[in-house]
Amino acid sequence: MSGQSDAMPSDITAGSATRDPYVLGHPSGAGKKGSGDQLATGHGEGGPASKFVTVTYGFWIFLLSDIIMFSGFFASYAVLANATNGGPTGKQLFDLTRVAIQTGLLLTSTFTAGLASLALERRSVIGTQAWLLVTGVLGALFLLLEGQEFITMIGDDAGPARSAFLSAFFALVGCHGLHVGLGILWLGTMMAQLWVKGFRADILRRLHCFSLFWHALDIIWVAIFSLVYLLGASQ
Amino acid sequence: MLGKLDWSAIPFDQPIPLGAALIVFIAGLAVLGWISVKGYWPYLWHDWITSVDHKRIGVMYIVLAMLMLLRGFVDAIMMRTQQLFAIHGPGYLPPEHFNQIFSAHGTIMIFFASMPFMIGLMNFVVPLQLGIRDVAFPTLNSVSFWLTATGALLVNMSLVVGEFARTGWLPYAPLSELAYSPGVGVDYYLWAIQISGVGTLLTGVNLVTTILKMRAPGMGYLRMPMFCWTSLAANLLIVAAFPILTATLAMLTLDRYLGFHFFTNEAGGNQMMFVNLIWAWGHPEVYILVLPAFGVFSEIFSTFSSKPLFGYRSMVTATMFICLVSFMVWLHHFFTMGAGANVNTAFGIATSVIAVGTGVKIYNWLFTMYGGKIRFDTPMLWALGFVTTFTVGGMTGVLLAVPPADFVLHNSLFLVAHFHNVIISGVLFGAFAGFTFWFPKAFGFRLHEGWGKAAFWFTLLGFILVFAPLYVVGLQGMTRRLQHIEVDAWVPWIVIAAAGVAVMLVGAACQIAQLFLSIRDRDQLRDDTGDPWDGRSLEWSTPSPPLPFNFAHQPHVENEEPYWSMKQRVIAGQEPKTNRQYEPIDMPKNSPTGFVTAFFATIIGFALIWHIWWLSILGFLGAYATFVVFAWRDQAEIVISADEVERMDHDRTAARLAWLRRREQVS
Repeated sequence: MSGQSDAMPSDITAGSATRDPYVLGHPSGAGKKGSGDQLATGHGEGGPASKFVTVTYGFWIFLLSDIIMFSGFFASYAVLANATNGGPTGKQLFDLTRVAIQTGLLLTSTFTAGLASLALERRSVIGTQAWLLVTGVLGALFLLLEGQEFITMIGDDAGPARSAFLSAFFALVGCHGLHVGLGILWLGTMMAQLWVKGFRADILRRLHCFSLFWHALDIIWVAIFSLVYLLGASQ
Repeated sequence: MLGKLDWSAIPFDQPIPLGAALIVFIAGLAVLGWISVKGYWPYLWHDWITSVDHKRIGVMYIVLAMLMLLRGFVDAIMMRTQQLFAIHGPGYLPPEHFNQIFSAHGTIMIFFASMPFMIGLMNFVVPLQLGIRDVAFPTLNSVSFWLTATGALLVNMSLVVGEFARTGWLPYAPLSELAYSPGVGVDYYLWAIQISGVGTLLTGVNLVTTILKMRAPGMGYLRMPMFCWTSLAANLLIVAAFPILTATLAMLTLDRYLGFHFFTNEAGGNQMMFVNLIWAWGHPEVYILVLPAFGVFSEIFSTFSSKPLFGYRSMVTATMFICLVSFMVWLHHFFTMGAGANVNTAFGIATSVIAVGTGVKIYNWLFTMYGGKIRFDTPMLWALGFVTTFTVGGMTGVLLAVPPADFVLHNSLFLVAHFHNVIISGVLFGAFAGFTFWFPKAFGFRLHEGWGKAAFWFTLLGFILVFAPLYVVGLQGMTRRLQHIEVDAWVPWIVIAAAGVAVMLVGAACQIAQLFLSIRDRDQLRDDTGDPWDGRSLEWSTPSPPLPFNFAHQPHVENEEPYWSMKQRVIAGQEPKTNRQYEPIDMPKNSPTGFVTAFFATIIGFALIWHIWWLSILGFLGAYATFVVFAWRDQAEIVISADEVERMDHDRTAARLAWLRRREQVS
């Protein structure tokens, strides 16, 4: 990067536009609107961003796409919520106590994931591993309760094949559960990797991405909790 | 043990697919044998299959796209000739086979020809135009490509093992539900599209991050070449639209595999929801395809008119306007569903409004040519063919956007003629234009101009001959996807359309001849300059083919057309000839991760299609193991030393300097 600017002085560039006979629609001269000679607005003038910024930014974009995928399942749930086909409704099925415990577990796990990030900042191996472990255990407990809920419902002839409402319910909540499950697998892999490789730059980036992922799942759960369970149980 | 798979899956009683498969199989074996005899495997493995270089991945995308384009074209020939032979008769394709062919034609052309072609061009060009060394996530890029290849493989596998969907290129429910499509055809569709869709989504994430975060120093948003802008818009659309496709197809998969009731006739399923969801992805999808092509044309109009692009800012605005509004028009695909007059009106107006953005672009291209020194090389011919025919297609689109007219024309051949009119002239011409335009950059020699021009004229003529008659029969009431024809008034037009396909076939043959003859005569067609078209953006500042790291020195951008102004300075004698210092460069290390992931994805897809559960579990375990092995690697990058960079730079630019010296002597 160094030694570049002296090779291409800006005063020469500014003059070149006037020498170009084919600049119709591009008023020449520096500073005029549309000339392209003025300093362009927007970011990125400083060259490629650091690897950490690039990776986490890319992961943000991925998370946004994941949230759009969830929005598809949310939309289908909204369409099918009343298509109970004469079967059980949300009011009859949802056990708000269990859902409250699930919510508590997941929100706490987000908090402990935050604590793991703080321990990571201090480069404390024990602290990071311990909080990651707590995060994973809380996530697993959440999944256990969700599994229990699903099995109970299927046992009561309220499985996904019973009605379109239940199809949409199982798909939406199950998709979130699948994400939590994959998150736990990722978390376990990261813990093993951290144990073996230590605080390497790529591992720090990945842990940061994991943390973003885990928080995003929490946000989606809040939407599920309010739109599916609370609304469903109140109707 | 093998799920639903047994010998009855092989269509021994159907000579056409079996024969086609046999030919493909023998051709494939011949190619593999040739590679083995020549001893190209190590080269292929190290330099292509495991490569994470965006340029090579781009080339591989385009090779895949061209193969699939041929496959889709064969389907098209079969459809046109079937209708020709099936006037008051059965023709040569039984209905269940004909239905598979039009479904496969659409699926292959959209997902495995157009998409990879555009993604390949973006992959190859965007980092070069941005003045950077690679995309944001090189290994992920390789994974994306190989997952797309997996999808293409699965679709083609259905030719021999089992069957393909008979539902059309979008598997509308409830026809695609288990009750009405009990075979594996829809499952092939679902898993092929789902797997390649993951690849496309990752490409979207990759290129959005690349464009937004990795531009060369000085390249602000309003200095990006137009192709980068349209790529950004297309990839934003991928990120925003493909997850909807993933969700929709996942729902249909759940319906078919686990007895869910999203779109079934029973238990409260809602078929209209399928149509809404699939088109909420499907309409942005057409802009995902055509926006990069608009970018290609912008580059070409400007380069071959020897002028900067007219109305750069209005072009950016129009691009982002289309990007946004493309999400607000999806209902025009099913005005007849009965959403009501108010809803139809709103979407009809939105559809007409989106044409304004495209209109702005058309005028900008015309004004770019105005007053320019126009050169009629092959890329420019494709661009001119595009701008004329695409305008007609756009206008028939606006016609279809009027709901009362749409009630008459819905599902007729008028509609088929309309969308082929825009997709062929927009996407396919864009692909060919970009291919001819950037081919010398990728390989260091030009394509043969004469064959290229012949290919253009035959393709254009054939294209008009096929689809102009289809507009007419569409207005006469001929519906789409007819296996046989009983109306005599349509016959002359169907004959003309079939003749048009023959002309297009000549065009395709010219294209293939062009490629082979150009490779044979590459020494005569060699381009030492790296800048065969007198280009304006940074990719032309590199030698052809570019070095693995693209730029020995990171360029510094100071206006919209950095390479053009660089050349102006050289002409004015103002380029200071300083001996610049070389610095070591970190490059991403090659990785077989993409290939291995795709291997397991193929196993997972095939096992799930045929309900071979144990094999799919093995596939998932393999994919997880691949992920862990990749994550565990200690060295992600290799360093190319400063001396090495200097040597490579001098080697590759020697030809160019010699050319420059010759030129100076002449002048």
